[in-house]
Amino acid sequence: MEQLKTIGRELAMGSQGGFGQSKEFLDLVKSIGEARSKAEEDRIVLREIESLKRRIVEPGIPKRKMKEYIIRLVYVEMLGHDASFGYIHAVKMTHDDNLVLKRTGYLAVTLFLNEDHDLIILIVNTIQKDLKSDNYLIVCAALNAVCKLINEETIPAVLPQVVELLGHSKEAVRKKAIMALHRFYHKSPSSVSHLLSNFRKKLCDSDPGVMGATLCPLFDLITNDANSYKDLVVSFVSILKQVAEHRLPKAYDYHQLPAPFIQIRLLKILALLGSGDKQASEHMYTVVGDIFRKCDSSSNIGNAVLYECICCVSSIHLNPKLLEAAADVIARFLKSDSHNLKYMGIDALGRLIKLSPEIAEQHQLAVIDCLEDPDDTLKRKTFELLYKMTKSSNVEVIVDRMIDYMISINDNHYKTEIASRCVELAEQFAPSNHWFIQTMNKVFEHAGDLVNIKVAHNLMRLIAEGFGEDDDTADSQLRSSAVESYLHIIGEPKLPSVFLQVICWVLGEYGTADGKFSASYITGKLCDVAESYSSDETVKGYAVTALMKIYAFEIAAGRKLDILPECQSLIEELSASHSTDLQQRAYELQAVIGLDVRAIGSIMPSDASCEDIEVDKSLSFLNGYVEKSLEKGAQPYIPENERFGMVNISNFRNQDQLEVTSHGLRFEAYELPKPSVQSRTPPISVASSTELVPVPEPSYYRETPQTAPVPSSSDTGPSGLKLRLDGVQKKWGRPTYSSSSASTSNSSSLKVVNGATQVDGVSSGNSKTHETSYDSRRPQVEISEEKQKLAASLFGGSSKTERRSSTGHKVAKASSHASEKLHTSKSTTIYSTDNAVEKPNLVQPPPDLLDLGEPIVASSAPSVDPFRQLEGLLDSAQDPGTFGGTKAPDFMALYAETPAGGRSAGVAPPLSLNRDGDNLIPGLSNASSNTVHGGTTVTNPSQISKGPNVKEALEKDALVRQMGVTPSGQNPNLFKDLFG
Amino acid sequence: MIRFILLQNRQGKTRLAKYYVPLEDSEKHKVEYEVHRLVVNRDSKFTNFVEFRTHKVIYRRYAGLFFSLCVDITDNELAYLECIHLFVEILDHFFSNVCELDLVFNFHKVYLILDEFILAGELQETSKRAIIERMGELEKLELKSQAILSAKLTRRTVESRSQFRLPSPSLSPLVAA
Repeated sequence: MEQLKTIGRELAMGSQGGFGQSKEFLDLVKSIGEARSKAEEDRIVLREIESLKRRIVEPGIPKRKMKEYIIRLVYVEMLGHDASFGYIHAVKMTHDDNLVLKRTGYLAVTLFLNEDHDLIILIVNTIQKDLKSDNYLIVCAALNAVCKLINEETIPAVLPQVVELLGHSKEAVRKKAIMALHRFYHKSPSSVSHLLSNFRKKLCDSDPGVMGATLCPLFDLITNDANSYKDLVVSFVSILKQVAEHRLPKAYDYHQLPAPFIQIRLLKILALLGSGDKQASEHMYTVVGDIFRKCDSSSNIGNAVLYECICCVSSIHLNPKLLEAAADVIARFLKSDSHNLKYMGIDALGRLIKLSPEIAEQHQLAVIDCLEDPDDTLKRKTFELLYKMTKSSNVEVIVDRMIDYMISINDNHYKTEIASRCVELAEQFAPSNHWFIQTMNKVFEHAGDLVNIKVAHNLMRLIAEGFGEDDDTADSQLRSSAVESYLHIIGEPKLPSVFLQVICWVLGEYGTADGKFSASYITGKLCDVAESYSSDETVKGYAVTALMKIYAFEIAAGRKLDILPECQSLIEELSASHSTDLQQRAYELQAVIGLDVRAIGSIMPSDASCEDIEVDKSLSFLNGYVEKSLEKGAQPYIPENERFGMVNISNFRNQDQLEVTSHGLRFEAYELPKPSVQSRTPPISVASSTELVPVPEPSYYRETPQTAPVPSSSDTGPSGLKLRLDGVQKKWGRPTYSSSSASTSNSSSLKVVNGATQVDGVSSGNSKTHETSYDSRRPQVEISEEKQKLAASLFGGSSKTERRSSTGHKVAKASSHASEKLHTSKSTTIYSTDNAVEKPNLVQPPPDLLDLGEPIVASSAPSVDPFRQLEGLLDSAQDPGTFGGTKAPDFMALYAETPAGGRSAGVAPPLSLNRDGDNLIPGLSNASSNTVHGGTTVTNPSQISKGPNVKEALEKDALVRQMGVTPSGQNPNLFKDLFG
Repeated sequence: MIRFILLQNRQGKTRLAKYYVPLEDSEKHKVEYEVHRLVVNRDSKFTNFVEFRTHKVIYRRYAGLFFSLCVDITDNELAYLECIHLFVEILDHFFSNVCELDLVFNFHKVYLILDEFILAGELQETSKRAIIERMGELEKLELKSQAILSAKLTRRTVESRSQFRLPSPSLSPLVAA
């Protein structure tokens, strides 16, 4: 018995019906198949790896054995373990002369290596040699490897040979050569740009397989540039016609349908070519109509072709008859029980709905069914359809549905997507302000931090600007309904940060505007927020600023300020905060409260968030002051580059350049402080600065209006008080320049702050405080150059900002569609100011740090985030530009060149293209007759047994049992036929 | 374009994996894990399509095996569903009544078949007969070369043992020690 088993096993392994590998390997596969846990499987594989490592380096391994080792390596790698120790052996195997070994080697390297692996260089040579081989099977194997392993750099090494193989006598080689070229085109379009005409030629290959393969690269080419291929429309239509009329060899039939995969590809191409081209479309109507009629709708593949027909019809120039046929098919899809067909139906409906919205009406119920289906894929497809058919009449229902669904899912990726769709629809079609606010609340509440911060800014802007109508009452209604709903929501636990920011901003800006709620009520709520989200600094920052606004409005309105004890303690707590930003805000708040009505009115005008900010770049308001000082004998100001005649530096400091550079990160170190500066520092500054600190000065304010009517107001901020004398003394020496510029920077930032970006902006004030107090302690101003840069960048930033934001406003008024665009510009505004404002912080580090020199300061100071965001924003804003500007022309040039060249070359005059089309018919039919003949003679290997063959299955089962591989309990289906 | 093809059983064991886009190893494991999780618990009545990151996975179950194709979002789902079926039909003819075990033990041949069917992420040949014929040729060649190889092997071992025996074309030498 035992003996019999052994014999059986040996037989099994020996015969090709068996598995042709050693017992050892079979055992490995078996034990892994039976492994009960992942850990056990891993142990087995690790053991296998150890043994392979040892054995594969043994000298004199028989080749057959080596082949098995390589296959075992593939197996190990497939199971997710690292087999890199054996890659080199696989590479070596590709060098072998024996075809089978070579193929195994190629198979292994294509599975092991990526195109940028170091070992590729060792294979390229072999590939080159093999591409020239007489044996077409070797060429095929090499081409398989080419498709996977050749990267952009190595394309030139094999390109000539691959092109040559397009004319090979074996169709299998031609086909693979086409695919390889297609692959090259993907990798680097320019490398094959001169060869594109080959694809056209190969379309008329005598072998339908080659023709089918050629459709892949042509599809890509036409996707990129349909116009250069319009001449092929006739050819494609005639091919499709022949295919549909069953003139290809029977071997291409699939489920009784003639070459359906080729039909689908052709339909895709026609859809591209006919899009927006009436003339081209007219060629297609007949053939597409024929396919609609002929196609068998009982099989999956038939429906796949029908679906592709619908896509084609929806893309090409409208034809009512075809549209009708398409609508019929859609009706059939939607009525079907198969979820797959329903899915396709919904998708197709989404395509046709643009052309004739009434089609959807008859399918309402089917669509609703799909929407309520438990299958997520179908549901999402349906939401996509709904998204496409949203109008102002149905927006409420659709968005409600979407939100319900959004609440129910956990998939963050899709949640984000559907949230942004809700927002988009709500902005576009909102029937009422109240609804809009409610909807946005829900979106924020449930999708919370997944919502893009842009959306939040957008919402703030919308609330601030209203819906673009000039109806003020509507706007204020919108605001009060927002305030009301936020006060309602604010008590709920665990609100997302983004939402809280919006809430705080709106409450700060409009909380007391309609007089419904008292300041103390709202400030109380804001304090609650700041306390319960104490770990979120951004929210706290928003809350404090909102408090400041409310107090400011109260004072401006002449009401008595009533600061709640909890607010008081919050402010005190924050003024000792570790976050400099929060500290600044707290100090600012305290300073603002101490000011009089007039001052506050100009720092914090109520409801001025939408007003543009004028920045006086030349500091003209100081002119009077300057003149006065000059009369008193002060030194006139000398621009820095004149003071140090260094060319490169002065170049760098050039104002214009700075405007450009200020937006990006700086990679150069700041210059070291000039020793000369210290010696030049006027001694007076010491005296003046000591004076500076404690002055609580309304006097300054009274003074300034005459000299500086507009922007001075900003200087009244907490910092402004201390700035005054600072300005006087330093205006004339080097240091002055810096501080005066800083003060203006302050003005711009503060004002912008009043706009959409309260948080980001306010920080400047406090930094100022620090700066000045620091100055007072240390009179030498070593960093003044840096400040100068800051000032310059600040101005650059703010002036630019203005332009942008004002255009932005226009856009907003013009259409809400453009809101996205506006948004980018708006947020650029935000960040560029932010950017500018951040910079004063550079000046802030404790004195001892300064001694280390500027570079350190520079690198440590900017809080990276806003910069990065700024970059991102700029990028995205530029994106469309780069697309249109660089890419498109590139492609155009590519195509414009080649076909023209091809035609005028003389070898293939324009006529030949048409001729090609005609040739196709005899060529193809020829091929078909040939293959039919061949088919009858060479059917041996492929003699096909249909249906489950019991005898064979039993035999196999017995054989496997003999080998000792028993089906494990874990996987009872192991032996079941896949079709069973 | 096809991004990758996965054959997995119900336990999530990978029976075959072929990637047409370069991915890091760790990324591959993640993908295999995620795809398995996506498809394994779906109701048989549900659609055979699932969104997967920015692509979609078309899957089909045969006995205990899941065949999953990851394709672009714009691709025709039904066509790829049938493409899976065509692949299984080819396997079925090649192995005559294919079962999971055939694929487990002959995964390298499955790879070769796949290479004749799909190349660089596109269907290169849709004729079942053409593929089966090509594989038949390769099989024959393999047999022949194995015979040659093993003959060489026998001769060498024979020589090393300095015994005299004719190189035998019989099957027994194919069985490894």
